[in-house]
Amino acid sequence: MQYAAVTGIGQTHYKARRGDVSIAGLVREAAQNALDDAGLGWDDIEAVIIGKAPDMFEGVIMPEVYLADALGCNGKPMLRVHTAGSVGGSTALVAASHVQSGTFRRVLTVTFEKQSESNAMWALSNPQPFSPHLNAGAGGYFAPIMREYMRRSGAPWDTGIKVAVKDRLHGARNPLNHLQMPDITMKEVEESPMLWDPIRFLESCPSSDGACAMVIADEALAKQGPRPPVWIRGGAMRSEPTMYAGRDEANPQAGRDCAADVYSQAGIGNPRKELDCAEVYVPFSWYEPMWLENLGFAEQGEGWKLTMEGATSLDEGGDIPWNCSGGVLSSNPIGASGMIRFAESARQVRGDAGDHQVDGARTALGHAYGGGAQFYAMWIVSTEQA
Amino acid sequence: MKDVAVVSFAQSDCRRDAGACNEVELVMPVIQQALQAIGLNSSQDVDFTCSGSCDYQQGASFAFVMGVDALGAVPPIKESHVEMDAAWALYESMLKISMGQAESALIYGFGKSSPGELPTVLSQQLDPYYLAPLWVDSVSLAALQARTLIDQGLVTEADMAAVVSRSRAQAKANNPHAQLAGDVSVDELLAEAPWVAPLRKHDCCPISDGASAMVICTLEKARAWGRPYAVIRGIDHRMESHNIGARDLTRSASTTLAADRAGVPDGPVEVAELYAPFSHQEIILSRALGLDDSTAVNPSGGVLAGNLMMASGLSRVGEVARRIMDGEIRRGVAHATSGPCLQHNLVAVLEAA
Repeated sequence: MQYAAVTGIGQTHYKARRGDVSIAGLVREAAQNALDDAGLGWDDIEAVIIGKAPDMFEGVIMPEVYLADALGCNGKPMLRVHTAGSVGGSTALVAASHVQSGTFRRVLTVTFEKQSESNAMWALSNPQPFSPHLNAGAGGYFAPIMREYMRRSGAPWDTGIKVAVKDRLHGARNPLNHLQMPDITMKEVEESPMLWDPIRFLESCPSSDGACAMVIADEALAKQGPRPPVWIRGGAMRSEPTMYAGRDEANPQAGRDCAADVYSQAGIGNPRKELDCAEVYVPFSWYEPMWLENLGFAEQGEGWKLTMEGATSLDEGGDIPWNCSGGVLSSNPIGASGMIRFAESARQVRGDAGDHQVDGARTALGHAYGGGAQFYAMWIVSTEQA
Repeated sequence: MKDVAVVSFAQSDCRRDAGACNEVELVMPVIQQALQAIGLNSSQDVDFTCSGSCDYQQGASFAFVMGVDALGAVPPIKESHVEMDAAWALYESMLKISMGQAESALIYGFGKSSPGELPTVLSQQLDPYYLAPLWVDSVSLAALQARTLIDQGLVTEADMAAVVSRSRAQAKANNPHAQLAGDVSVDELLAEAPWVAPLRKHDCCPISDGASAMVICTLEKARAWGRPYAVIRGIDHRMESHNIGARDLTRSASTTLAADRAGVPDGPVEVAELYAPFSHQEIILSRALGLDDSTAVNPSGGVLAGNLMMASGLSRVGEVARRIMDGEIRRGVAHATSGPCLQHNLVAVLEAA
């Protein structure tokens, strides 16, 4: 496999509604920011890999066709990835494979969602032929799974509230975020309306517009860039069926297997000790303790302890800060949310994460999941090439 | 990109309406057929799985999700999906094999177009601010393209009818999965009334339900498996502008570019399977690829004989591979397209081992 590194990162501001730009304008903004960051022009890009969640979120079928001009693709290869909510991560990995296979030297990858153009919850809930109608959206789907985690682990009832506060305090350090809540309190979260028990309004991700882009280049080009290269040390994807006998939805095997694969590629034995930080897809508060266990940062039933002790908090000086950017709980342009995790892990490693930088971060995990938690994409990035 | 072997291919019949059969039921038989042909049982027996489908055919988000349930993905598998024709799922799989993360891959595409009105559905693929609100359907856009060709004297309506006549005849002779096949003369076709002028209904591909599946692997693994295989020597795809008015619709510049990159001119092209949903597009594509009378174009009848939207591109590769595996030919070219008026094109060169 050829070496590949992130050499440019670009994001938009995240907001409930970016009425100032079209969908094309939104992706163009992130892509241009990534090119500027890498010190490149459009002609330096050999191929474009684009990802987003279901087309119904904006009502544009196969939008790569429409976005070809905005992303400078005339005469270039353009590939569209769609793997549910994990797509932001999967798209980064597919983009990396263009370079790691030796087929291309430098590619641009872009993901987006413009949720204000439509209504994601209803796009997820329209009746399907031959299937019972689940009129619930994502929160309703995941709520019983979180309750099962609470039952199994005996976690204190306010673990989720703690995560919601922690990620918003992190998020207030990041000017790109949709939600800016520097004064948020446990009491405020507790008193927010219960949406899908156990998830309150403030324990849930927002609906955002936004896009995220990265430039990924081969070894020689990465070393020529103006920024320190962020080396991709491992990448893995896993899928399991939505339904099968014995499926553990509170601790899915696909997530465990994906983590084991990516750790093995990057030579990580103990993720809590050997990683400096992690950007993990936590759209609902309780998914932090669940993923702490699923990803091997804590023993089974112990994930909530790390959360409650402040181990995942930058503000509390935790040893393994999670979602320093503010995470999905602070901005959620769905199709881009996974790539934002991947890109923010890269920002940490190259030391330009601004007020949410983890001092001396050298190795970080980016994580995304999707669907009914059956689709996973993860990567590990590092300052070290090998 | 590394050379990769196609070791197995299966496609369903093209049916106008598969009735109560859902997408999983469409795709399961072809996946089983493709796997069993080489002695495999499920997705557990390959290193990577990738599919192509479109939510808007089913009319609900996540068409591909139930497909995964059909794969036997327990324990979990390495799997990905493109919201594109499965020919691009093949491309992603070849990257995975080339980077050394997989030695084999299962690829499938499926589409059930019958529940909706496909040409109208595809109008929502256009620029959402300036074009989609006009509901310009895919047939009308293709008609504009055909009109441009005719007005410039590059194609006649008789040329287009000849493409259809040959498609029907070849489908009858060679393709048991075809939806439209038979003997019909150019004069009979020209006697029919225009549908969306200058296109007659027969100039447009039919709307079909169905699926196709393929297994690919490294050349080493193909030799170890000891079965006949075809080698994908080159593959490339190129996009063009979405601005129809800024493109020369009489040519396919992206097809020519992809063909050069894939190595089409490096040898004789015995067979070309072209994804031409409209008769005049087969002529555009043949010219873009530099083909002459020595090439048999669309011996399967092409998609004018049946169009499995989201699988037809993969099927074109499969049709060429099958002829090589059967020893009928030694070198052929496959093509896939996406977007209005051939906006995005993929070209693959396949050869005998």
